[in-house]
Amino acid sequence: MTDRPIPTSTRPDATAPSPASALALSGIRKTFGSVVADDDASLAVAPGEIHALVGENGAGKSTLMRIASGLLAPDAGRVTIGGRDVTGWSVTDAIAAGVGMVHQHFLLVPTLTVADNVVLGREPGRGPLYDPAEARRAVQALVDATALEVAVSQRVADCSVGEAQRVEILKALYRGARILILDEPTAVLAPPEVERLWTVLRAHRASGGSVVLITHKLDEVSAISDIVTVMRAGRTVARMPTATTTPSALARLIVGTERATPTTTSTATRAPREAAAPLALDVRDLVVLDPRGRRAVAGVTLAIERGEIVGIAGVEGNGQRELIEAIAGLRAASAGTIAIDGLRIERATVRARRDAGLAHIPEDRQRHGLVLPFSIAENLALDDRARYRASPFGLGLDRVAIDDGARRGISALDIRPAEPTRAVATLSGGNQQKVVVARETAGVGRNDTPLRVLLAAHPTRGVDVGAVATIHARLRDARDAGRAVLLVSAELTELLALADRIVVMLRGRIVATFTRGDVTLAALGDAMTGAR
Amino acid sequence: MLPVAALRRQRLTEAVLPVAIAAAIALIAGDLLILAVGQAPATVYRLLLEGTWGNGYGTGQVLYKATTLIFTGLAVSVPLAAGMFNIGAESQLAAGGFAAGTVGMLLAPTTPAPLAVAICLLAAAAGGALVGAVPGLLIARTGANEVITTIMLNVIVLSALNWAVAAHLHVPETLHTPTIRAGTVPRLGALVPSLRGSAANWTVLLALLVVAATGWLVVRSRPGFAIRAVGSAPEAAATAGISVARTRVGAFIVGGALAGLGAANFVLGYKHYYEDGFAGGSGYLGIAVALAGRGRPIGIVLAALAFATLSQGGLAIHAVVPKQIADVLQAVVILVVAAATPVVARRLGEPPA
Amino acid sequence: MPGAPSVGLVALALLAQLLRIATPYLLAAAGGVVAERGGMMSLGLEGYMLTGACAAAFGAAATGSASGGVAAGAVGGAAAAALFALATVRARADQIITAIAINLLAVGATRFALRVAFGSSSNSPRIPGFGGLDPLVVGGLLVMPVLAAAIARTRFGLRLRAAGERPDAATAAGIDVARIRIVAVLLSGALAGLGGAYLALDQHQFTDEMTAGRGFIALAAVIFGRWAPLRVGVACLVFAAAETLELHLQLTSAVPSQFVSMIPYALTIVALIRGSGGRSPAPAALGRWER
Repeated sequence: MTDRPIPTSTRPDATAPSPASALALSGIRKTFGSVVADDDASLAVAPGEIHALVGENGAGKSTLMRIASGLLAPDAGRVTIGGRDVTGWSVTDAIAAGVGMVHQHFLLVPTLTVADNVVLGREPGRGPLYDPAEARRAVQALVDATALEVAVSQRVADCSVGEAQRVEILKALYRGARILILDEPTAVLAPPEVERLWTVLRAHRASGGSVVLITHKLDEVSAISDIVTVMRAGRTVARMPTATTTPSALARLIVGTERATPTTTSTATRAPREAAAPLALDVRDLVVLDPRGRRAVAGVTLAIERGEIVGIAGVEGNGQRELIEAIAGLRAASAGTIAIDGLRIERATVRARRDAGLAHIPEDRQRHGLVLPFSIAENLALDDRARYRASPFGLGLDRVAIDDGARRGISALDIRPAEPTRAVATLSGGNQQKVVVARETAGVGRNDTPLRVLLAAHPTRGVDVGAVATIHARLRDARDAGRAVLLVSAELTELLALADRIVVMLRGRIVATFTRGDVTLAALGDAMTGAR
Repeated sequence: MLPVAALRRQRLTEAVLPVAIAAAIALIAGDLLILAVGQAPATVYRLLLEGTWGNGYGTGQVLYKATTLIFTGLAVSVPLAAGMFNIGAESQLAAGGFAAGTVGMLLAPTTPAPLAVAICLLAAAAGGALVGAVPGLLIARTGANEVITTIMLNVIVLSALNWAVAAHLHVPETLHTPTIRAGTVPRLGALVPSLRGSAANWTVLLALLVVAATGWLVVRSRPGFAIRAVGSAPEAAATAGISVARTRVGAFIVGGALAGLGAANFVLGYKHYYEDGFAGGSGYLGIAVALAGRGRPIGIVLAALAFATLSQGGLAIHAVVPKQIADVLQAVVILVVAAATPVVARRLGEPPA
Repeated sequence: MPGAPSVGLVALALLAQLLRIATPYLLAAAGGVVAERGGMMSLGLEGYMLTGACAAAFGAAATGSASGGVAAGAVGGAAAAALFALATVRARADQIITAIAINLLAVGATRFALRVAFGSSSNSPRIPGFGGLDPLVVGGLLVMPVLAAAIARTRFGLRLRAAGERPDAATAAGIDVARIRIVAVLLSGALAGLGGAYLALDQHQFTDEMTAGRGFIALAAVIFGRWAPLRVGVACLVFAAAETLELHLQLTSAVPSQFVSMIPYALTIVALIRGSGGRSPAPAALGRWER
C-alpha cells in the first residue's frame, strides 16, 4: 500500500494552537490482548465546534473516544482537558468535567423509565431518597429546552431506536456535558431523524459546547462538521477544517490508496439458467417477528439463481439479520416460504437445511461461528459429517479423517498458523473467519452435500486486508462454480465489488434493486435511508 | 502466540493449581480448628491416616464411600460439560436406588446372578435417568433454569420416595424396603481378606469402568463432541446444525443415569435393600468431586478418594476432634477451588481471543 | 365452658400460626429480592439463615437477652454472606458453586461450633426468646412493603435495579456496580440471618440443620413472586399456608403430608415454566457481570 505524502496543511498535530483546547488526546496507544486498537492516535477539540472523527471500521475511533470519556485507560499517551492532565480518568471524573458520550450501542436500562435512565447516577432527592416525580419534572424541562422529544415516563424498553438515542443525549446533557461525543449516531436513524439530530447539535454548538461526531459516512462530515480528523489503522493521519477538503480527498486518506471508487472485479459470467430449472434460493413473502411481536421482516420476496451473488444493503437493524437467520433456520418465520432448488425448507431444522446444501457464515464469528476452545480441526468438523464417524456403532470419531479434512481446509484458505490442533481462540480475527469460511464453502451437512446456497453475513467484518482478499476470492469461486450466494454487508464497497445484484432493505422490506451496471453509491445511500 | 505444548502445560496448571491451593488452605484451616479444640494437628492427622488407609477396614470404607462419589461426580460432570449444573444428583441417586431396590425385591430368587445384577443395574440407571430427564426437558423446551429446577425436584422426588416407602413398602419399624431377592453384588472382603468387614464391594470396579467409559464418551465420541460444543458455544453449535435442545436433554439423561447407577453401591452391594435417605448428601458432594476433579476422569477418581478419606477420617478422629471438622474442610475445599479458578486463569493469562 | 371454640378464635389461632411460619420466609425472601434485583444469585440464603440462627443462639446465650440474639443473628448472616461476596465479587468465582459451598460450610461450621462450645453437635442449651409479641414477626410483616418503597424511592434502590439489569449501563453512568452488589449481598445475609434468628429464638434453642430447607423455599418465593417484593410476600404467605395445612393434615391423614410439603417446590417449577416463554421476569444480568 503506497502512501502519497500528506500535504503540510493536513499533517496531524494534536497540540496545534487553537483557542484553549477543550479536550485533547495525544500519542494514545491501547491494546486488547494482541489486538492493537490505537497506536499513536490523537484528537483536539475546541469549544464551540462540531468535530468529525472519521475512518473505516476498526480504525480505532470508538476506542479513542472511550478513552476520552473515561471508560478505558490508555496504555500510553496523554489526555488533557482545558490544559489539565487527566489521563486515565474515570467515567465519573469525565462526567464531572463535562464530557458526555453517547454510545453506538446504547447503554440504557430497559426496565427503567426515560427519566430514571437520564438521572441515573445523579438522582434528585433528599439524602438517600430518590424522587421520581422530580426526576420526571427535571427531564421534561430539559426535553422542552432542547427539542429532544421523548416521553419521560415511558420505559426505555418501549422506546424506538431514535427515541433511545435522544435519551442517551439527554443523559449527557443532564450531567452538564459541554463536550458531546456521539459514536455513529446516524447508523440507526431515518433521514428526518438525522436532520433533527443536526438541529440539536447546532444548538449545542451555538451555546458554546462542542461535539465530536464519530462517523464513517462522508456526506455527514460535509453536512454538519467544522473540523475533521482522519484515523487509519489506529493512527491519526490528518486533521483539517471541513471547508478545506472534499469527500474524495477524505476517502483517499481513510483508505490510504489512490482508489476513490471501488474497482469492480467481476470475472466469469453466469451460466445461463435453463428455463424450467428451479431457483437456487426462492424466498416468498417471508415474515419474521422479533421477540416483541413486531415484524422485523415484513414480507420479503427474493430469488437467487445459480451462479449469482446477491447483496443486501441497508442500515443495521432493518431486518437483515432476522432474514438471514430465518433462511438459515435459526429463527422461525411466521409466514412465507423458502425453497432451495425447489425443495421447501421453511419448516426444516438447521441440520436438514444444511443437508440440503445450505451454508451460513454468521455475522458474529466468535459466538455463532466458532467454538473458541475447540481446535481448528474440530471447528471444521463441527457439523457432524458421516465420513468422520467411526466405530463403535458410529459413536466414535475418526480422528485421522478429521485431521485430513482440516489440512485441506487450512491449505485452501491459507489459515495461519497451519496447525489443525491449535485452538481457534488463539487465532487472529482474519484467520478465525477463514476457518468459518472454509467449513461453510466446502461440502455441507452430514453427507457432504455440495454447497448450493451460501448465506454470508458481514463476512469480512473485523478482518485484515489479506484475509479479506482470500475470503472474497472464495466467494467468487463459489459463484463461478454455480452456487448461489446471499451477501449481507455494511461495507458498500464490498457489495459493489462482489454482487451481481444489490437489493436494499428498509424496515423489513426490500425497497430497491440494482444490477451491477446501474448502481451508484448515491442511489444506494438514498434507498438505504429512504430518501427518494 | 504460545506453541501447542506450552498451551497444554498451561491448561494443566490451570486445572491443578486451584486444587493444590485449596488443599493447602484446607490444611491450614484444619490446623486452626484442631488447635481450637486443644489438640495437636500432627496427632490428629496421624490418627486420620491410620483410621483410613492405615488399616483394612478403613481402606474398605474409604473405597466404599468413594465409589458412590465417583458416580455422583460423573453425574454432575456430564451436564457440566454441556454447560448446565446438575444439582439433582441426590434425588437421581435415590431414585436409582429405589428402582434397583424394588426390582430386586420382585425378581425371582432363582434368577442367575449375572442376569439379576444386570437387570437391577439397568433399573437403577433408568430410575436416575427418568428423574434426570425432567430438568433436561424443562431447560430444552422452556428455558427454565436447571439450577432451580433440580433443587426443587430434589425435594419433590425425595418426598415422594419417602411417602412410597413410609406408606406402602417399608419393613415395619424401619424406613427401608424388604431385602432384595436377587441381584446382590458381593463384598470385596470375600476376595481381599484385609477388607473384610467393610462395605466395599464389587461396585468399585464398575465405578472404574464407568469412569473410563464416560471419559471416552465426553472426549472422544460424537455425542461427547456435541455436548462440549453446546457447553462452550451453543449458538455456534446451532449454526452448524447440532440440535442444542436434544443435546441438553441427552446430557441430563446420561447424568441422571450415572447417579442412579451409583445407588448399586448401597442397594446391591451393601445393605441389599433401599433405605430412605441412604444418599446422605452424596449427591451434593458429587458437585464438589466434579469441581475438584476438574471434570477429568483421573481427577474425579482422585477427588472422590480424597473426599471419602475426609469423611471416613472424620469418624476415625471423632473421639479426639468433632467429626464435623471433615464437613467444614470439604466445604472449604469447594469454596477455595471455586474462588481460585478464575484468579489462576487471569494470572496465567487467557489465550488471546 | 361447653361447646366448640368460636370460629373466629380458631381462625385467629390459625392465622397466628401461619404468621409464625411465614416470618422466616418473609425475612429471608426479602434478602433474596435485594440480592437478586442487584444481579447476584441468592442460592446461599439457606447458609446465611443457618449461620444466623446459630449466631443468634450464641448471642442470646452470651447476653442473656433475645435482643442480643437478634443482633448476633443479623451479624452472623451477614458474615456468611460476606464470604460469598468476597469470593464472587472480588475473585469472580462461580456464584452457584460458591453458594453450595457456603451452605455446606454453614452446616459443618455450626455443628462444629456447637460441639466445641456446648459439647453437643445437635442442640444448644435453652436460650431466652421474646415473650408476647415477637418483634421479628412484626419485622417480617413490614419488610416487604418497606423493601418495595426502598427499591422505588431510594437512590440505592434505583442503582440496584440498574446493576441487576444492565451493569454496563450502570457503570457508564458512573456507578460502582461491584460495591452495590457487595452491599446487596451483605444486606441479604443480614435479613436471612434475622430469619434464622427468629427460628432459634422462637424455639428457644438452636438445633442441627434447623433451617431444613427454608432458605430454598424463600428463594422459591422470590422466583414465584417474580422478584417484586409485595408479590414475593404473598408467595411467602401462600407457602406458609401450605405448611400450616400440612401440619394439620398430619392429624387427619387425608392427603399424605409429603405431597403437601412439595407444594412450594412444585409451584416454583410451574412459575419457572410459565415465566420462561418470551421475556423472563428475572433481572437480566442475574449472575452476570457484562450484559
